[in-house]
Amino acid sequence: MTATKSYVRFDWLIIFMYIALVTMGWLNIYSASLNDTAKGFFDFSQIYGKQMIWIGLSVILIIFVLAIESKFYEKYASLVYIISLLSLLGLFVFGKNISGATSWYSFGSFSIQPSEFAKAATALALAKYVSDIQTDMKDFKNQIGAFIILALPALFIVPQPDPGSAMIYAAFVFPLYREGLHGVYLLFGLFATILFVSTLALGALWVATAVIIIGGIIFYRNRKKRPNIIKYILIAATSIVFALSVSYIFNNVFEQRHRDRFNIVLGKEVDARGIGYNTHQSEIAISNGGWFGKGWTQGTQTKGNFVPEQHTDYIFSTVGEEWGFLGSMLVVLLFVGLIIRIIFKAEKQKSQFGRVYGYSVAAILFFHFFVNIGMVTGIFPTVGIPLPFFSYGGSALWGFTILLFIFVKLDGSNYHYS
Amino acid sequence: MRKIVLIALVLLSGLLFAVRLFYLQVYDASPDSLSQNSAIKVMYDYPQRGYMFDRNNKLLVSNQPSYDVMVIPRDVKPLDTLEFCGLLKITKEEFKEILHKARVYSPRLPSVVLPQLNKADYASLSEKMYKYEGFYIQRRSLREYQVDHSANVMGYIAEVNNATIEQNPYYQMGELIGTAGVEKEYEDVLRGVKGVKYVQKDRFNRSIGPYKDGVFDTLPERGNDIQLTIDATLQKYGQELMIHKRGGIVAIEPATGEILALITAPSYDPSLLVGRDRSKNFTKLWYDTIGKPLYDRVLMGEYPPGSPFKTLTALVALQENAINVDDVITCTGGYHFGRRVLKCHHRGPVAMVSGIANSCNTYFCTVYKKIMDTYPTPQEGIDAWRKDLLSFGLGDFLGYDLPSGKRGNIPTSKYYNKIHDFPVHNWSSLATISNAIGQGEVLLTPMQMANFTAAIANRGYYYTPHVIKNIIGPDTIPKKFTEKHYTTVEPKYFEPVIEGMYQVYERGTAASIKVPGIEVCGKTGTAENYTKIGGKRVQLTDHSIFVAFAPKDNPKIAIAVFVENGYWGSRWAGRIAGLMIEKYLKGEITRTDMEKYVLDGSLEAEYAKPYSGKPFTINH
Repeated sequence: MTATKSYVRFDWLIIFMYIALVTMGWLNIYSASLNDTAKGFFDFSQIYGKQMIWIGLSVILIIFVLAIESKFYEKYASLVYIISLLSLLGLFVFGKNISGATSWYSFGSFSIQPSEFAKAATALALAKYVSDIQTDMKDFKNQIGAFIILALPALFIVPQPDPGSAMIYAAFVFPLYREGLHGVYLLFGLFATILFVSTLALGALWVATAVIIIGGIIFYRNRKKRPNIIKYILIAATSIVFALSVSYIFNNVFEQRHRDRFNIVLGKEVDARGIGYNTHQSEIAISNGGWFGKGWTQGTQTKGNFVPEQHTDYIFSTVGEEWGFLGSMLVVLLFVGLIIRIIFKAEKQKSQFGRVYGYSVAAILFFHFFVNIGMVTGIFPTVGIPLPFFSYGGSALWGFTILLFIFVKLDGSNYHYS
Repeated sequence: MRKIVLIALVLLSGLLFAVRLFYLQVYDASPDSLSQNSAIKVMYDYPQRGYMFDRNNKLLVSNQPSYDVMVIPRDVKPLDTLEFCGLLKITKEEFKEILHKARVYSPRLPSVVLPQLNKADYASLSEKMYKYEGFYIQRRSLREYQVDHSANVMGYIAEVNNATIEQNPYYQMGELIGTAGVEKEYEDVLRGVKGVKYVQKDRFNRSIGPYKDGVFDTLPERGNDIQLTIDATLQKYGQELMIHKRGGIVAIEPATGEILALITAPSYDPSLLVGRDRSKNFTKLWYDTIGKPLYDRVLMGEYPPGSPFKTLTALVALQENAINVDDVITCTGGYHFGRRVLKCHHRGPVAMVSGIANSCNTYFCTVYKKIMDTYPTPQEGIDAWRKDLLSFGLGDFLGYDLPSGKRGNIPTSKYYNKIHDFPVHNWSSLATISNAIGQGEVLLTPMQMANFTAAIANRGYYYTPHVIKNIIGPDTIPKKFTEKHYTTVEPKYFEPVIEGMYQVYERGTAASIKVPGIEVCGKTGTAENYTKIGGKRVQLTDHSIFVAFAPKDNPKIAIAVFVENGYWGSRWAGRIAGLMIEKYLKGEITRTDMEKYVLDGSLEAEYAKPYSGKPFTINH
């Protein structure tokens, strides 16, 4: 058995990119949270000092994750998932309310956010379910099964309220698609998104008109194939009902702050002093950077604390201001590189479990990366989710670390079987 | 397909962010300058403006502190407008208007609410300023004039205008800049460099210390002091002599080109343009369209030079070999050409020296015709004549160090071709004969007259006239003021002309106004001039003109005096020139009767004539 152990080899490229991102993240947290009372790098009363502790503890966590036998993760995936769900449910009883959301368990000065860990647990559970010999993603019953696995944690997270974190579970559509889910689901998602955004931007009436005209054109072009007119009418009617309900929900169910967030991105209301303040200041900070940035700890918007939540969700604006276009692109490329490397490695997995899990990791990281930087650079509405490995916060860092290193372990043991 | 969808999406989003970041950071980068950054407040520290001294180190202008109330519109919080206006002593409407203008200029940059408070106003206001957020008091230094003359030389400072701000980023709204005279010409020397402090602000606009520990901050640098070539005593004396007269005096030291006195009349007390009444006083001066106190007659006024120009006609004739010094011409009381005659007030045989001494029109018309006749065509004649005159600094800007001026006019052959519609119609040199005696198309500024007199005094060269004697500190003056300009007339031709100018005093047109004990060379001038009244060309009393230099050998002063409508040359201008020369060379006046005549004399009645609306007589 000693011989087989030598086959366990970790993907150092992933580990290197992880270290690079965490280090750069810390440097930016340091800059963003630096103030007059700080006493050197190792001032643990400061935000950056605390983050240093979280990073230090991550190392122990990594060793622990890598030390566990890789089969353990497959074997106990369901258990981990159930524990994770219980921890989310427990919040309704024991949770602590921090800045408007009951997402934390509090142990003295130390808080933990179970939703950050639930992503890894769900990925394990989904991988186990999909890789089951009897599961076929083309089967509607199995699709429902997978959907329930994903929907449960999301359902528990939404009312915290933390719709941003819940939204992440949509990312799992990618591993499912990879495993045989019909492409129509992806297209349906895309179509729904387009309908959603255009309804908000243009209004339900215009969208309904557009749907009817486009539907009519497609029907007319396909008329020789004798298309089923009922199907067309059904799709068009569904779309219009969807648009109307979006419009209704947006105007009657959403609170004003939610509406505002969308309106800013859609360019409907530009109010630099009000709700758009975060995004506006974040864009100014990034613009200040130019090609090469103002230099580490030299950002003026950063120093003046113009960007709220800069060390957490808006950390990328510090990168933009102080490291400039080149530094920002380095971070973007590291994320792109890491995610593609994970997909590449996932494809090489001999077990379906490893592959589904790897895809899930890639999809989750991608969603976070896409939504977060999209928000900070003012492309997307404000959705409060962290930038993986970068943003301040112990739970997020640990959650992503565990998520990533379980895959590193699985991948490392991949050769074990050969 | 299933394997590449996510990869494609990841790559696409990477690309999307690259484009977005490029747009934000490189293409559409918000202004990076510190002054545009909302997180940085810029504060200025104004240096002392350089002083001005006269050639004998007498202080002409220094500084006094003044206080401006400033506003940054963005920072203004609701305030008790009524109380604040009471403190500022302005009405609510004025206040609103000022605030509106400031907001239009820039919500983020400071604008002036009320300029130039005195110390008392400052004291009462400063203790209440804390109540008015967005407003603050900026200390500045203003000019304090030690003399009541030389306003035209020193110029003034004023609030910088928007056009200058756009061209020169050094200046901010409400700052002061030299706008005329030496203040304008030597703005860069005098102003120094303002100090800048960058203060880091947090999102509540509170100062949280110097930006980057002050590495970009600069200390103000005091402006350099300037020593002028002006002799304050002479300048003051000249200004007194010109009271109730219009015109000007220019005195130059021929050996250096230094301007000893530069007087325009009427003028104003420079102190009028300092302090809170500045704009009221300026408006008053600006709208005095008859006296034109802001108009520098010696630099801007283009006049027919009259008889002093004959000295140049003589010099050109000698240089062009059109005549010999001893050639005698008989004057019959006028120069006859065609059916016309250009009258002369004397008769008899004249040669060059006596021609100058008696200002014989016949002689100089003859000589001028001879210059033209040495060339095959009148065009070539005019251009040769013009070339020689240009070498005396005529017909173009002289290049002195004051920001206003005129070219004057020395006509070209092209000019006459155009007038006479050449080649359809031919013209003869007689068409330009008035130029011989400084009438006709020839125009000079009094400054140019003084300069050609200096060139004659130097026997053939001049230095560009200037008012800068020394920039104290670097101890330099611009190099162009130390370069000799030679005339095209050779030095040997100057002596007979100078002898003629000497004889003007000995037995000629200025014999009655001799300066005791000084060998003065001069030339009187009496120039016809016209104005328009109700669209009709009306002749006014002649201008009284005089140019002179002294002493004859090794001259110390060259002077041109111009008195508008003063009648004949020696009546006003000649007397003034003599008094100035004596004052400068001896320091005191021997002919006090003459001094009293000039000081008491007034031409106001003469100047009122064209505005009286009644018929009037001239030249009496």
